[in-house]
This record gives sequence, structure tokens and C-alpha cells, in this order.
Amino acid sequence: MSRLADGDATSERSAAALALAEDVVARALAAGASEAETLVTTEDAALTRFANSEIHQNVAETNIGVNLRFCVGRRIAVVTTGRADDDGLRALVERAAASARSVEELEDWGGLPGPDGSHRADAPTIGYADATAEASPEFRAAGVRAVIAAADAVGVLAYGAFSTSREGMAVANSKGVRATHERTTSQLLTVHMSPDGGTGYAEVAATDATTIDAAAIGREAAAKARATEHPVSLAAGDYPVVLEEYAVLDITDMLGYLGFSALAVQEGRSFAEPGKRIGSELISVVDDGADPAGLPMAFDFEGVPKERVVLVENGVCRDVVYDTQTAARDGRTSTGHGLPAPNPYGPFPLNMLMDAGLTPRDELIGGLDRGLLVTRFHYTNPVHPKLAIVTGMTRDGTFLVEGGKIVGPVRNLRFTQSYLDALARVTAVGRERRTLRGFLGGSVVPALRIDAWTFTGATEH
Amino acid sequence: MRDLTERALDTAAHLGAAYADVRVVRRQEESISVKSGRLEGVASGESEGFGVRVLVDGAWGFASSHRLDLGEAERVAGLAARIARASATALRHRVALDDRPPARGSYTTPAEEDPFAIPLERKIGDLLAADRVAGAVEGVTFTESSYGAQREWKTFAATDGSFTEQEITHLGAAVEANAIEGDEHQRRSYPDAGGGWGAGGYEFIRGLDLLGNAGPRAEEAVALLTAPQCPAGRTTVILDPSQLYNQVHESCGHPTELDRVFGTEASYAGTSFLTTDKLDEGFRYGSDLVTIVADATSAGGMGTFGWDDEGVAAQAVPLVKDGIFVGYQTSRETAPRIGRGSGGAMRADGWNRIPLIRMTNINLQPVGGMSLDEIVADTDDGLLLTTNRSWSIDDRRLNFQFATEVAYEVKGGRMGRLFKNPTYTGITYEFWRACDAIGDASSYVMLGTPNCGKGEPSQGAHVGHGVSGARFRDVQVGVGKW
Repeated sequence: MSRLADGDATSERSAAALALAEDVVARALAAGASEAETLVTTEDAALTRFANSEIHQNVAETNIGVNLRFCVGRRIAVVTTGRADDDGLRALVERAAASARSVEELEDWGGLPGPDGSHRADAPTIGYADATAEASPEFRAAGVRAVIAAADAVGVLAYGAFSTSREGMAVANSKGVRATHERTTSQLLTVHMSPDGGTGYAEVAATDATTIDAAAIGREAAAKARATEHPVSLAAGDYPVVLEEYAVLDITDMLGYLGFSALAVQEGRSFAEPGKRIGSELISVVDDGADPAGLPMAFDFEGVPKERVVLVENGVCRDVVYDTQTAARDGRTSTGHGLPAPNPYGPFPLNMLMDAGLTPRDELIGGLDRGLLVTRFHYTNPVHPKLAIVTGMTRDGTFLVEGGKIVGPVRNLRFTQSYLDALARVTAVGRERRTLRGFLGGSVVPALRIDAWTFTGATEH
Repeated sequence: MRDLTERALDTAAHLGAAYADVRVVRRQEESISVKSGRLEGVASGESEGFGVRVLVDGAWGFASSHRLDLGEAERVAGLAARIARASATALRHRVALDDRPPARGSYTTPAEEDPFAIPLERKIGDLLAADRVAGAVEGVTFTESSYGAQREWKTFAATDGSFTEQEITHLGAAVEANAIEGDEHQRRSYPDAGGGWGAGGYEFIRGLDLLGNAGPRAEEAVALLTAPQCPAGRTTVILDPSQLYNQVHESCGHPTELDRVFGTEASYAGTSFLTTDKLDEGFRYGSDLVTIVADATSAGGMGTFGWDDEGVAAQAVPLVKDGIFVGYQTSRETAPRIGRGSGGAMRADGWNRIPLIRMTNINLQPVGGMSLDEIVADTDDGLLLTTNRSWSIDDRRLNFQFATEVAYEVKGGRMGRLFKNPTYTGITYEFWRACDAIGDASSYVMLGTPNCGKGEPSQGAHVGHGVSGARFRDVQVGVGKW
């Protein structure tokens, strides 16, 4: 079971971070700022990495960042420092004041956010576990040894990483926003490789590292590494597919990156439009920083509480996410999805959850007459962003399915596929979901069956 | 600074480290972003801290902190030793390092105009002027321009007596025009998507001539909206430097990293098809024209330095010679396993990351005979592909697919129509074996990227690529459904 925060330790750290943020805001106002905002981030992070069934890299860091947004009317400068001592902070404010005097006005500056009715100065410690914050090198090494033991049991080698981190965030601004939060995350991932060319993957992310069953992750990857030995070539073409959760994560991340951002809509480069059908009726996606199934965040990097935003409801696009600046342009309020300033990339959904369906895993595969089971994607990249056409490779477990049964492994394939077209052709959604960490944060996703996926090439393994 | 490095090294040695090194890094950064003719953001930042790497019981441990005081040096060195002992509980081979003389000295990136000393107003003005020229072109939906600079002061000390100090400055800028109509979004960037980056001073930015190039690129972005789709099929392609450097990066730079070959990146970025048996057998990587060198001494390259982050002196390492695979990018730990000394490729992304094998400047050597323009004139039928838009390659660096912002038809040695949405794909060694022309020294330029990703936790690296343009025969273009 997940233990919640040790109130004393977290509140002491949070109070110190908030006091630092308030101090910098006060210094900025004294230096001539008309508005000021300070974001303080702290981190104690560690990662134990293994390859060839031994630990080869094992690291830890203690870090702090102070981010000051210094406004003189509509002239805005952002300065950051890793020096939180008096000299460092004084230099920070001096640099900010000098920069703000040098820049042009931001014509449509919407101002800093203020505290509203939903503001939570005493954010609950969702997404925090003492066990993760205090995880030791020995704890991570024990997890790695369990993964390696699962590999040894079937004669394959293990490669992967086990990370644990505590992240603190405090925001204060001159309009009265005061927000602090501590969260923890842990991730264990592994690729197992067999001497006969098989590879298998497994991964899990959690708030509480002690909930991770390292041996089970090791067994999942080991079984797949053996099952993918001696793959055969398959011609490129359109095939129905079942995508495991690891592959589905790339779809939600990529669509979040390309389209579910108010800035992308405002600049005309997004596919998203409220009321527009962009997927099958089986598909619903929300962004919810408070859902404990994911990797929660209480508020964004502007101190705005995170709203639950329905991105896709039964296949229909409902909304996109906003930060303060994009909200001002549209006459709305921020949904709590701002990134650290300055942010030319706009807001992003960092806590996406796709609804589970009704179909057990076996029936997802059982519904394929002839198609492919894909474990995960590798090195995906947009080819045509507005159509969400993406290319990438399959990796670590690609199987031919015939008559609803797995026939055997195939060599990895390249695809060039519109992720929107794929969502429109979803025919079944998995009943189970996994919590995973992608490039846009923590996501919760099920497996999907899709009736056509365009593979455009093959490789030699 | 010596107090701190000595305290960290002494503590590590006292706790049983057979070897330890410490890096103290201070980083200064500045960025300017402009959108559609108005300033979007100005940021400047600095960070500092130190990282201690130790070998205890044959295993590695690393710890780092932002607090630069002697007490913290002791704590961090102690934590690194504890982490190393935890590593040793899952160890099958003790780490052994190659010998190298202790590194001593200093290095500074040559620069004429300190970019951090240039008034901010001037830098903003230069960027806004170029951005507004692009935005003035009819049909442009929005423009986006950027400037960035980074300086790092790096002190390295090790238990073998090494002590080096380096000051390295990189900077870059870009202007980008976007044209959107319906579902079609076309972009033209100059000099490169994400910016043209190099090592040096503000003279590098002036040399880019953003102002002079912004307008023509913006006109192309608009023209692409009505250009025909790039036809699919097998044809001759000519890659100009702005795409060729990406091809070198993905299909030669990464697969020749020896740590990847040994599997230490397997769970993240993958491994490499260039296994060590291919080094022994003299594997044919490309045509006779293809010679590629990892050169940490190249002028203006972002992979240029005095010593790498293990204290190994900068050097030039042949990777491919006359088409034959001859070498890897290596470290003190990996090189002895193939019977060689370190090639000096270990770099870390700041004080809080361990050094990994990272590309220095991976340069495709020019070939005398034809300039890039003369290669075009020498081509009867094909495509000239310019400016990377998308990249992807498999986990052993074999099957790649790239998209570029534009393709120019080449007929009878002349450049013709524009095509939109060009893509091409292939298998690395088949592609390089089909290279039948490489531009001469007159077309050779030093380019690079400031965002090469690798490792867990993730690290970005600034790497350089010297290229002059090249021609490849019988390449599959036009991939996917359009």
C-alpha cells in the first residue's frame, strides 16, 4: 500500500521553498517590477541503470532551480538560477531588471494569474510517497537484481533502469498566488535480449516505488524475449493491429504534443477543434492532474490548479488545454497547463488518461483474423504534424496473429501512419490500463485494436 | 575550486575508491524567441554544481549537488561511494580503464565577439528584423525565430593528478516561416529547423545572414502550399548540407558509439548494427568515396574541446575510410575491450550527469572533383532535398526514414519545380554504398545540433558535423499515403 507523505518533512521543505519564492518576488518588486512571479523547483533524483545483466551506471542528484518572471508593464524578462544563496538571488534580480528594461512590450500580455476560488495554497499531498522519496541505492539495486534474476531464469540478458525521484515545486506571485506541492515518481523499465535475437520489453511507473513488482516486470520482458526469437520477414502493407499499452502511449503523447494545446490551435497548426470527430466512439481521453491512477500534479508551473479537461469524448474533440497567456487571447481562464516561462511551445496536457474499454486482452488478439500484435514503438517523429502522420519503428515484440492466435514473431517494421486515422479505426479497447511515463508526463492507457495500420518498410531484426 | 575538488577526491579515496574524478561546472545561457514579428520571450539562466564519479569494488557510482561547499563535497563523494557499493551487488565484470597521461591545462573556444557582452537590445533587434522580413511575405501564417547561446566553465580533476579548466561557448539562431491552408502546413527554416549552431562568438550569428535569407525562405513556404506532392518511387537524391548532416548523425554518428555496441544504451536508444566483428572483418560501410572522421579539433564545431570529460585530449578518430568501417567513438572503459586507447568521446550534459560517449564532430570528408552545384549540374534526373523536417531510425540504426522541408526537381542538370512533403527511406549501409558523389572543399560547411539526446536520465549534447553535400542513387522516396 502507498504511504502518504510524512507531513513534517514535506511541509518543512514546502515551506522553505515557498518562503524562497516569496523572498524573490519581494526583491523583484523592490527592484521595480510591476508584477513578478517566482517558481522554485527542487529535486532529489536517483537512477540505477543496468545492461548485460549488471549495474553499469548508478547516479543521484540534488538540485534546485529558481525561475523569476519579472514584468515592467508589458515588458517581461525571465531569468533562472541554480544559486539560491543571497549573492545568487541578488544577481538574479539584477539580471531580470536589466533584461526587462531592454525588451519590447508583449502586445497581448494577459498578466500573471491571480488566486481564484479554486486556488489551493495548501495543496494536498497527492502523488507523494515517503518510500519513493527515501528510496536508497540498495533498494534500487535489489529491484534490479530481481529483474536480472527473471532474465537469468530463462537464459536472457537484462537492460534497463530503475529510477526514484522527489520533486518539489513552489510558486508565488505578486497577485497573491501561493502554491506548493511535492510529488514522487518511480519508473522501472527493462528490455531483455536473448542470445538468439529475441527482445522483450516491460515497464511500469508509480508514485510509490514499493508497489512496483520488479520480478513481474522481469518475467514479462523475459517471456517476450524468448517468444520473439528467430523472427520472420513480413512484407510492408496495411494490417490490422493490436497495440499494447506501451505503443498506445506514443499516440496520446504525440497527439497531446501536436494538437491538444491552445497555442497549436491559435496558430492554426492543430487538428483539434471542439465538436470535430477525431476518433472512434470507443475513444475518450481526459487530462486530469488529480487522478491517482496517473502520476498526479496539483497545479501547473504558474501555480494554477489543474482542471480536469475532456480532450476527446466518445471520439469527439471537446477541448484543449490552456495556460494563462493562451487563455487571455481566447478570453478564457487557464486550465492549469502552463509550463515554466518563457514558453514558446505553449501549454501541454501532462496527465492524460484514456478510458478503459470492455475487451479482455485475449479477446483483443482473438478478434484479429490476420494482423499484428505490436509491443511498442521506437523513435517516432511527425512527418505531417497537422494530419498527425507519424513515422517510427516497432520494437521488442512484434508478432503475426492469424485466426485470433499468435503465430510467431516478425522482424521489426517501419510505419508511416496518421494517428488520427488510427483512432478513427479503433474497433476494441482493452479492459485493463497501465500507468506509464512518456515524453509528456505520466499517462494511463489501455491496449487498442485498430482495423488498419500502414507499415511502409522493414528492417533486418 | 581546488579546495572542493581535492576534498571530494580525498573523501572518495578514503572510502576505498580506486579511481575518482570530479567536475565542477558553471553554465550560463541566454535565449530569445520571437513570433510573428514580436518578442515572445527573453530568458537568461545560470546553474552551477559538481558531480563526483567513483570506482569502488570495480563498480561505478556517481552523485552530484548544486551546493558548492566543502561539507557538501564530502557528503556527495560519500554518497557516490555508497552508490558504487550498491552497483557492485549486481556486477559481472569489474570496470577497467585504459591508461592515459594525467591531463593538465586549459582550453577556451576561440571567439571574436563575446555573445554575452553584446547588448540584449541589439540581439533582439537582429532577430526581429529577420523575423519581420519573413512575416512580410504574403501568405505567411506565422513566423518563429530564435537565438540561443551557452557558455560553460568546466573544471575537471581526478585522483591520477589530472586538472583541466575549459571555457566553451556555443550559439545559434534561426528564422522560420510557416504557411497554413486547410490541412496543409508548410514550413521553411533558415539555416536549419531548430537553428544553425556552432562554436564561437557573435560573429557566427552575423555570418548566418538571417536578414538576407528570411525572405526567400518565406516565399518558398508559401509556394509549397500549392506545390505538387513529391512523387513516390526509386530515384537519385542529392542531400544538401542541411539534410546530409542529419543523415551522418543518425546513420554513422550513433552506430559508431562503442557503448551502444556493448549494449549499455540498449533499453533506451538501442544498440548498433556495427558490431565488433564488423570492425575485424573490414565491413564495407559505404562506397569508396565515403570517409568519415570523429574530430574533436575541428574549427567551429560544437564537438570541439581541449579534453573530454574523462581528461582525454581532443583528437581525430577515423570511423570510415574509403568506405570501410575502421573505428569507433570510445571511452576509457570501452576502448580497451577492442584493444585500443580512448578516442576521447566522453561528455556529460552539465554537472549533474555522468559522461557518456557522445559524438564530437562527425565529419564526412569532402571529395575533390565537384562542388555541390556541379553535382546538381551532373545529375540528369533526381531530387535535391533540403532542410530536415523529420527523422527516425531503428534501434540498431539500419532502417531510417527522413522528411525534408522541400524537394527540388533536378532535370538535365538544372533545378526545376518544388515538391512538398518529401520523404526518403533506406537501409544505412545500402544507402552509403550507393553514394556516387560528394561535394568538394568549396561546399564544405560545419553544422551541428544542440539537442542530441541519449542516456537515462536523459542528456542533451551539442555535436558538430562537417559536410559538403552528396548524391545517392536508387533511393526510395515518397513513403506513406498522402
